[in-house]
Amino acid sequence: MSSSSRHAGMGNLSQEEAIEGLNKLLIHNDKDEQLNKEVETKIEKLISELLGTTPHDCHPVKRILGGFQSFKTNKFDVYPELFGELAEHQTPKFLVFACCDSRVSPSNILDFQPGEAFVFRNIANLVPPFNQLRYSGVGAAIEYAVVHLKYVENILVIGHSRCGGIDRLMELPEDGSTDNDFIDDWVQIGLPAKAKVKAEFGHLPLDEQKRECEKEAVNLSLTNLQTYPYVRERMAKKALALRGGYYDFVKGCFELWEVKSIITPPIHS
Amino acid sequence: MKQRFLSFKKNKYMKDLELYEKLATGQTPKFMVIACADSRVCPSSVLGFQPGEAFVVRNVANMVPPYENGPTETNAALEFAVNSLKVENILVIGHSRCGGIRALMSMHDDVEPSGLIGSWVSVGMNARVKTKAATHLLNFDQQCKHCEKESVNCSLVNLLSYPWVEEKVRNGELNIHGGYYDFVDCSFEKWTLYKENNLRDESGKVAVKDRAFWF
Repeated sequence: MSSSSRHAGMGNLSQEEAIEGLNKLLIHNDKDEQLNKEVETKIEKLISELLGTTPHDCHPVKRILGGFQSFKTNKFDVYPELFGELAEHQTPKFLVFACCDSRVSPSNILDFQPGEAFVFRNIANLVPPFNQLRYSGVGAAIEYAVVHLKYVENILVIGHSRCGGIDRLMELPEDGSTDNDFIDDWVQIGLPAKAKVKAEFGHLPLDEQKRECEKEAVNLSLTNLQTYPYVRERMAKKALALRGGYYDFVKGCFELWEVKSIITPPIHS
Repeated sequence: MKQRFLSFKKNKYMKDLELYEKLATGQTPKFMVIACADSRVCPSSVLGFQPGEAFVVRNVANMVPPYENGPTETNAALEFAVNSLKVENILVIGHSRCGGIRALMSMHDDVEPSGLIGSWVSVGMNARVKTKAATHLLNFDQQCKHCEKESVNCSLVNLLSYPWVEEKVRNGELNIHGGYYDFVDCSFEKWTLYKENNLRDESGKVAVKDRAFWF
């Protein structure tokens, strides 16, 4: 656009002129909203670049709309057959447990497309042991995915680096006191993982212990998954595989491992 | 799985290294999103949330239980998002053909919910009651659709039962929005909740503003 090349040549005054000009365009666009949403989004992006702000600073509703428009234009309308089929039913092969952390969306890092993965996200990607009275939220997700969806063949629990939930778990006061309503109650599901890490890696600095606990908590969740009767049943039929993953966004790497149970041949004395 | 991650690393992570390095030091998402675990409704896909933008809780039927129900995974995440991360917006997104809502609507009256699904979706019981009252002339599918939206409203009202949420909404530090993604015709409806009169007034009615429909 000619206004941005003016900015490059002439300094601050033309930047203001450019922003003013672009704002005027936006006002005109408002009158004909439906046709010009894409243009509007592009102009807003240009304004924010000129102002030195990031696109993320824009109004939240505009942000949501822009995202939806982009999805509709670039995916939904491009693959009508796929989305038509998905509208009728979902047949995901994966049940994924991941953290709520804004940096670790499984669709992003593992490129899951619509219809591929039933995804449950909670603090520190914890799966509590089977309990009919508590934690029905997690249990409901497992029951729905394994019993009702029927096509799920894989459960994947993904931990990640610098997890706030694991941080809190490792820093839980020894005397059981708490300064929050619900967070501590939730993260203490991970206490067995913390105990294991303290026993094996207690000599390491706290930060490194936290990294170990992020992975150990995944293993704990994998163990707890096996206390759900429907999970055990499918595993016994070899119809369900359990895997753990760890996404390290500091180093940009991903580890994957699998749960395998082995029954050894008879041990003779 | 390896191919998928390496593709992400090559096409996204390495191309935007500065962003990812900054995110590695801390997250400051402006949104908390509560969405269904359904494989078709990932907020990153449907609303294009990029790494760092949205703290996302996904559970069966995108429900938020009220404060008085006690600890759950959903309100632990809510507390973290509101009090530690200090998000500015909470968005609860419902969707079409939701299995969890169908299970809620299929429950028999006066019978204890069975299984963990039943226990969980009964959080939405108010939505079911309101739906049954408003739509008794419609067929079951239409009733479920009504309940999918009513349940979002129920969750939004439940959000206000948390004192630290209510306080921030009252001070204008936090906005709560409802959304409904219909993947049959690819449309998105959104609205913002507010309380008429003073929020301190317990009898203040909850109302909706800024409703929009995008298709």
